[in-house]
Amino acid sequence: MSKDFSLHPELASTFALQIDLLYFLLVAISVFFTVAIVAVIIFFVIKYRRKSDDERPKPIHGSLPLELAWSIIPFFICMGVFTLGADMFFRMYRAPADALNVYVVGKQWMWKVQHPEGKREINELHVPINTPIRLTMTSEDVIHAFSIPAFRTKRDVVPGRYNTMWFEATKVGEYDLFCAEYCGTQHSTMIGRVVVMEEQDYQNWLGGGAAGESMVEAGMRHFEQLGCATCHKSQSGGRGPTLTGVYGEPVQLASGEVVVADEAYIRESILRPTSSIVNGYQPIMPTFQGQISEETLLQLITYIKSLSEAAK
Amino acid sequence: MTTTETPASPASAGHGEVNYLNHEYGIKSWLLTLDHKRIGILYLITTTMFFALGGLFAGLIRLELMTPEGDLFQADTYNKLFTMHGVAMIFFFLIPSVPAVLGNFVLPLMIGAKDVAFPRLNLLSWYCYITGGTLASFAIVAGGVDTGWTFYTPYSSTYSTGFVSVALMGVFINGFSSILTGVNFLTTVHKMRAPGMTWFRLPLFIWAHYATSLMMILGTPVVAITLLLVALENMFGLGIFNPELGGDPILMQHLFWFYSHPAVYIMIVPGFGVISEVIACFSRKAIFGYSFVAFSSLAIALLGFLVWGHHMFTTGQSIYAGMVFSFITFFIAVPTAVKIFNWTATMYRGSIDLKSPLMYALGFIGLFLIGGLTGTFLSTLAMDIHLHDTYFVVSHFHYVMVGGMVMAYLSGLHFWWPKMMGRMYNEAWAMTGAVLIFLGFNLTFFPQFVLGYLGMPRRYHVYPEEFQILHVASTGGATVLGLGYMVLFVCLVWSLFKGAKAGPNPWTAKGLEWEIESPPTPHNFHETPIVTSEPYAYEEEDVLLADKGSH
Repeated sequence: MSKDFSLHPELASTFALQIDLLYFLLVAISVFFTVAIVAVIIFFVIKYRRKSDDERPKPIHGSLPLELAWSIIPFFICMGVFTLGADMFFRMYRAPADALNVYVVGKQWMWKVQHPEGKREINELHVPINTPIRLTMTSEDVIHAFSIPAFRTKRDVVPGRYNTMWFEATKVGEYDLFCAEYCGTQHSTMIGRVVVMEEQDYQNWLGGGAAGESMVEAGMRHFEQLGCATCHKSQSGGRGPTLTGVYGEPVQLASGEVVVADEAYIRESILRPTSSIVNGYQPIMPTFQGQISEETLLQLITYIKSLSEAAK
Repeated sequence: MTTTETPASPASAGHGEVNYLNHEYGIKSWLLTLDHKRIGILYLITTTMFFALGGLFAGLIRLELMTPEGDLFQADTYNKLFTMHGVAMIFFFLIPSVPAVLGNFVLPLMIGAKDVAFPRLNLLSWYCYITGGTLASFAIVAGGVDTGWTFYTPYSSTYSTGFVSVALMGVFINGFSSILTGVNFLTTVHKMRAPGMTWFRLPLFIWAHYATSLMMILGTPVVAITLLLVALENMFGLGIFNPELGGDPILMQHLFWFYSHPAVYIMIVPGFGVISEVIACFSRKAIFGYSFVAFSSLAIALLGFLVWGHHMFTTGQSIYAGMVFSFITFFIAVPTAVKIFNWTATMYRGSIDLKSPLMYALGFIGLFLIGGLTGTFLSTLAMDIHLHDTYFVVSHFHYVMVGGMVMAYLSGLHFWWPKMMGRMYNEAWAMTGAVLIFLGFNLTFFPQFVLGYLGMPRRYHVYPEEFQILHVASTGGATVLGLGYMVLFVCLVWSLFKGAKAGPNPWTAKGLEWEIESPPTPHNFHETPIVTSEPYAYEEEDVLLADKGSH
């Protein structure tokens, strides 16, 4: 974490340089127009200053070619910038398929991070260099935002839904992590650091400390303890649908709707089971709203995902 | 510009003596007045009080941010300060300032009307404003509100401990003041124009207020409903925005910005109207491209309703929705650019007299340019991801709202002050105020662009120490800015007692309001004026209805 004053934040992700180039382009356009217009105004104020109180300058009511020129030229400049920004945004939005998953839960006023291997941390995020990382994030209470200026990226962390963001760090070091969405009294202390490590150091770090169960193992344990397995058996024929091979596939609901079984759908089905009944099943599952934590939910989802990966 | 139909009436004898200020005295004659000019003055006094209150909060915020540690205030106090700064400035100063103060005063004068269409509704609108303002002030005194002026759920509805519901009710009731003003202006412009005052002879100030009134009427009910829903969820635990109750917190942001984005145009478009009047007058030129300037206000008003999602690029809304919102936002840059270019072109071959109203107007153009151009940074999807919720946004917003809107308001206030009060202020002191405000403003807010790009999040009570030097510069600038406002305030108040008599038309300006006495008589015009020429006919001889009417 650099403590020196600088006019420019560190570049530490694959996005950083591209965002900066876009930024400098916008700065150049802005400086050009500001200087040009201000210079013209100052010139007019001096050149056409009132010399006598009797001056009645001749009116000029307008000029269609000029109006068209100063509508169309800015329009095309805007469209150019829009296209650059939208194209870049698309790339920032879609994580590569092979990205490493890490799970984040925000709460007033801390960040809780789980790695699939089971390692957990608070207000810190350790990641390997040159590896795409996909964060799946939710909040226990109010809206937060996970912001890493050195990576030039951020995303809101919203209760009741999973938002994702991804990045690929390019420089070993420690970087500021901020909560960017106002979240109450201690909002400004909801900060931490992102530690980018060499792959080997990262593996050592993952293996170090109290080696706990992985997220899939923890999810399986909850699956048994909460009694999910009683109805959701590994083969069909249970009182609830089987969950093997379900993740990522379309599901026909009793309402006639077809939805893709993603993280949000599984979450909704655990917390409010009657809201989306699978076609052919009875609405008999009890709600788990308020009974399991966001972390447990993420572990259950990771486990249910693993059932599909195993099936493939 | 105009001729009168009938000879002088005896009622107007005693030329320059009876005016709207002195024809009645006593507190009752003010609090129950139906005169649009007196209601404008009531708004002037009360909005100035809220500006002072909001400014005081801003000063305390800047003091706290001198050091990285939270050493001056508790975190909760700091959070309440920035919330109340925003609420006071946006809902109780910026939104009513130009329309309710200057619009109320000069809109009927400009179109040759005796008053607005519904004088009683006009008074009611001031009472809505005062009731809303009192409730919001009560919330401050009783314990404060710490949600930010945006009142985002579920923080505001479930987690905040302050007097959120009281403040929400205050803003809710204040909304009716906007709606009533909007209804009044639309009807007045449609029905009460003097004979000969066709749509394309309307001063651009009127066009700007017409566009603003449309937005006020269409947008304000949505925020009123939204804030009511937040208050209901806060008080009764209704599940609308709280996900634990099956609600959606992002829905609140959609509803809130559906009003609050047009609201920034509600604040700035009347300012555009002021700038058009001032530039034409002090260049002695007709506005270049009148119809382009007029219709660009309407275009901004309509497009302004289609861009709310650009506040939500990081919330996880669909990328396709993000694209559409970004695209339309860029589209707004075009009518905005058209205005700036036309104002600049108006000065070409003019007869430019750099008096304080023009000084403020030129300051407006420079600062609004920077505010607008930095807006394109934020509408660029990928760029916004880095800049969202940082000081870059804070700075951009202040460049538009303070650099733009407050400068425009001050320009108009200096321009019509002689008309409103009948006296001139000291020009040298007014210039000093304008220059101090311009310099202080830039010193306050320019460093915040850099802070934002460095990643400094907004609404931070404590911050990493590498940001300190820029915060110190910003606080220094705020001191100069505050001093500028003091100079301006003293200069204007001084003029009330010591200023020279202004006479009907101190700027040799065109427009019906300059053809009557300063201050105007209670019924504005002795005779109904008849308009026979184009607006901004600066090449024509000066006409004074007031003289014709009373001699």
